[in-house]
Amino acid sequence: MSDGQVIIGLEVHCQLDTKTKLFCGCSTDYRDDGPNTHVCPVCLGLPGTMPAVNRRAVEFALKVAKAFHSEIPEECEFSRKNYFYPDLNKGYQITQYDRPLALGGYIEIEGEEDGEKRVRLTRIHMEEDPGRLVHKGGGDRARYSLVDYNRSGVPLIEIVTEPDLRSPKEARRLLAKLRATLEYLGVYDSEKEGSLRVDANISISGHDRVEVKNISSYKGVEKALTFEITRQRSLIRRGATVERETRHFVEARGTTTASRSKVEEHDYRYFPEPDLPPLRVASWVAEIALPELPDARRERFMQQYALSVNHARTLTGDLRLAEFYEAVAGQEPALAATWVADTLLGELNYRDRTIATVDPARFRALLGLVKSGTITDRSGVEVLRAVLDTPEEPAAIVKRLGLAVTGEDTVATAITEVLAEHPQAVADYRTGKGNALNYLAGQVMKKTRGRADPRDIGRRLAEALTE
Amino acid sequence: MEDRYNAYLLRSDEPGGSMGPLAGRTVAVKDNISTAGLETTCGSRILKGYVPPYDAHVVTLLREAGAAINGKTNMDEFGMGSTTENSGFGPTLNPVDPTRVPGGSSGGSAAAVAAGLAELALGTDTGGSIRCPAAFCGIVGLKPTYGRVSRYGLVAYANSLETIGPMARTVGDVSALYRVISRHDPRDTTMQGRPYEHDPAPTVAGRRIGVPAEFFGEGVDSRVATRVEEAIETLSACGATIVPVSMPSMASALAAYYVTCTSEASSNLARYDGVRYGPGGETARPWHEAFTDVRGSHFGEEVRRRILLGTFALSAGYYGKYYGKAQTARANVAADFERLFGTIDLLAGPTMPTVAYRLGELADPLSMYLADILTVPANLAGVPAISVPCGEVDGLPVGLQLMGRMFDDEAVIDAAAAYEAEATA
Repeated sequence: MSDGQVIIGLEVHCQLDTKTKLFCGCSTDYRDDGPNTHVCPVCLGLPGTMPAVNRRAVEFALKVAKAFHSEIPEECEFSRKNYFYPDLNKGYQITQYDRPLALGGYIEIEGEEDGEKRVRLTRIHMEEDPGRLVHKGGGDRARYSLVDYNRSGVPLIEIVTEPDLRSPKEARRLLAKLRATLEYLGVYDSEKEGSLRVDANISISGHDRVEVKNISSYKGVEKALTFEITRQRSLIRRGATVERETRHFVEARGTTTASRSKVEEHDYRYFPEPDLPPLRVASWVAEIALPELPDARRERFMQQYALSVNHARTLTGDLRLAEFYEAVAGQEPALAATWVADTLLGELNYRDRTIATVDPARFRALLGLVKSGTITDRSGVEVLRAVLDTPEEPAAIVKRLGLAVTGEDTVATAITEVLAEHPQAVADYRTGKGNALNYLAGQVMKKTRGRADPRDIGRRLAEALTE
Repeated sequence: MEDRYNAYLLRSDEPGGSMGPLAGRTVAVKDNISTAGLETTCGSRILKGYVPPYDAHVVTLLREAGAAINGKTNMDEFGMGSTTENSGFGPTLNPVDPTRVPGGSSGGSAAAVAAGLAELALGTDTGGSIRCPAAFCGIVGLKPTYGRVSRYGLVAYANSLETIGPMARTVGDVSALYRVISRHDPRDTTMQGRPYEHDPAPTVAGRRIGVPAEFFGEGVDSRVATRVEEAIETLSACGATIVPVSMPSMASALAAYYVTCTSEASSNLARYDGVRYGPGGETARPWHEAFTDVRGSHFGEEVRRRILLGTFALSAGYYGKYYGKAQTARANVAADFERLFGTIDLLAGPTMPTVAYRLGELADPLSMYLADILTVPANLAGVPAISVPCGEVDGLPVGLQLMGRMFDDEAVIDAAAAYEAEATA
């Protein structure tokens, strides 16, 4: 087999969106504050301090495990992962090793072929985030590094998949589904910088596997994997071997590079954390009620709003988008679905903005104008752009740009004029040449400078011609 | 009063409160217990200059009880030793005989009490570090049940084994100090919510006291054994029933102890890299070189030895053979205690196999490790154990060790009080 199957497995780290850290009471809301301002003796790892587990963080992780159908053992345990790094204040990270929070489970994604595909999970475990190094002087030429422990102790979950993914696109879909589910669960905020980190294991079947580390964005995952597949395939084509190694993703260049030291086989000397008794979670699990998750919401959208599967999938693929849609759907769910899923998302994507930046009330007003026929679909797009780019109300925008559909009289006048000016086209129409009507409509549009509703023009032209 | 025995690393003159159970009483605090504003070095040069920004829970409790903390006491570096000679700041001398060691690792605390420099002291006991110096200096020292005193603020050496405990001249004072320090602390989640609220009653009448043959085996000085046997007879005379028993798990206790404590230590001591506190590394050099230098030049020899042993024991391919096996042996020790405590109430034997060594006498590490054989079983199982003075050999104190069931520190203290009352009568 010259064109081997692509095999991908992911290890996804997500910050849990708790108010306080995993083992102390420090706030996790550090992003707008100065370095080392959200720290205490515990998350600084000062001598003598001890961790005490934040129950909320465990409940968040349990929600995730439950949502992904994982098996949750009655008891799990924290372990120490020992290694030296300046951002690691204790010389070890408290994580979970041989007794993780959850085992197995799966995430359903839209497969490359028809229908849903189940990506199996290996495990889900909890751990503490280390601090962060800030290299002064930039990159490889940094003269010194500073350490910021604000992030130290923020709860993470690591979700490990089986090697069930077959393309970068599937990997992207898995991450999208994972993100959506975590946000529906209310345990994760994808908009916080650095809240996601992915390591990917990737191979071409029959060849050695490469681990790509340091991917920290959704778009980065697809890029890194696509690059890596091309690299591995070209090695194989040339008859070279794919070396089993760890590579780093360089986001700016969209490439992966070999880690400088090949001797990166760490011996982490894991052993159970003696300061934390094993966690018995059975009664906590029983208390957890899951909210409506993306798949259920998709089904409901199809039922309740009569949406196509594609629209329903798009609109439920992001919690804020789904909530936005429901806020604007009103009496015209089909119209709203088209406008949100097709038009609005395109405009947002172009502007690199998220749905959270759109005011549902103004958007709803825009939909109202389109629905009542006050403006045409085409003008609607123009109004939408102004809604996104200015704080103006849609009605004011319509007025300022003079986009209101012109009154009956203007259209009637235009039709009369056009019919008089184009006798040949009128004759063609009467002998049954279908194109003639379109031509005449175009002329009417021109006269009304696009402000009339094209469907309306077609209907009234036809009426005028049969009179 | 002058500190002629190098008992203290730092002296302070906090006045203490006028209210509370320890109002105005002087307490010496071992230097591995964090004290806000008072340098805390664990007897190590790698923590020279480190002043904690927070108080250990027990220190908070001492202050609330009105105690006057009068200094930080010398110790074997990070608690690793049985003589206090492994301190980075020079050895402590035994007030009973200054040519002798005070025992360790809480040697400074024991010497401070024995010399009358403090009425009470806090020590910590990982494998005998309260009981050994108590025995060698002729005072009383209690290793409480694991999980009864908060370890928050105790600089960790071997978390699963160690506990903070009281030291004093009398069982009554040990009990009074224990009452103060055993209050609950949510920051230590290994605590069991069993505060000690007991008023000691000096009685052993009706108690069944087991005497394990292994506590009088090879290496135990016969004259020490004789003193302890006499003490056990005294307990018998007070109405206790003496039962000869056996603890076969003792054979592997020492190995289990040293594998466990060095493994945990290798991880606990990883944080001393010169980045955040203590003497810093040379920042112009690559980080790995700088922190290797700091650790190589500021840790003492015994500490480096134990870090290496523990690192090895936890390594891939050896974990099962060493750490895993040690946990099995440890479980066997706990099972032995549980079996014995099914039919008896207390165990008795010597605290240490000998009296206090001469300074420099215990030069090779292995003979030092062997000296812990009688004290480590209680730490492996977590049970309470006390050392109470029971006479002398050549003018040097001998300690009687009494061990009890988990959370039955009360019975241990009552028996010690009964012996003390009888012996001083």
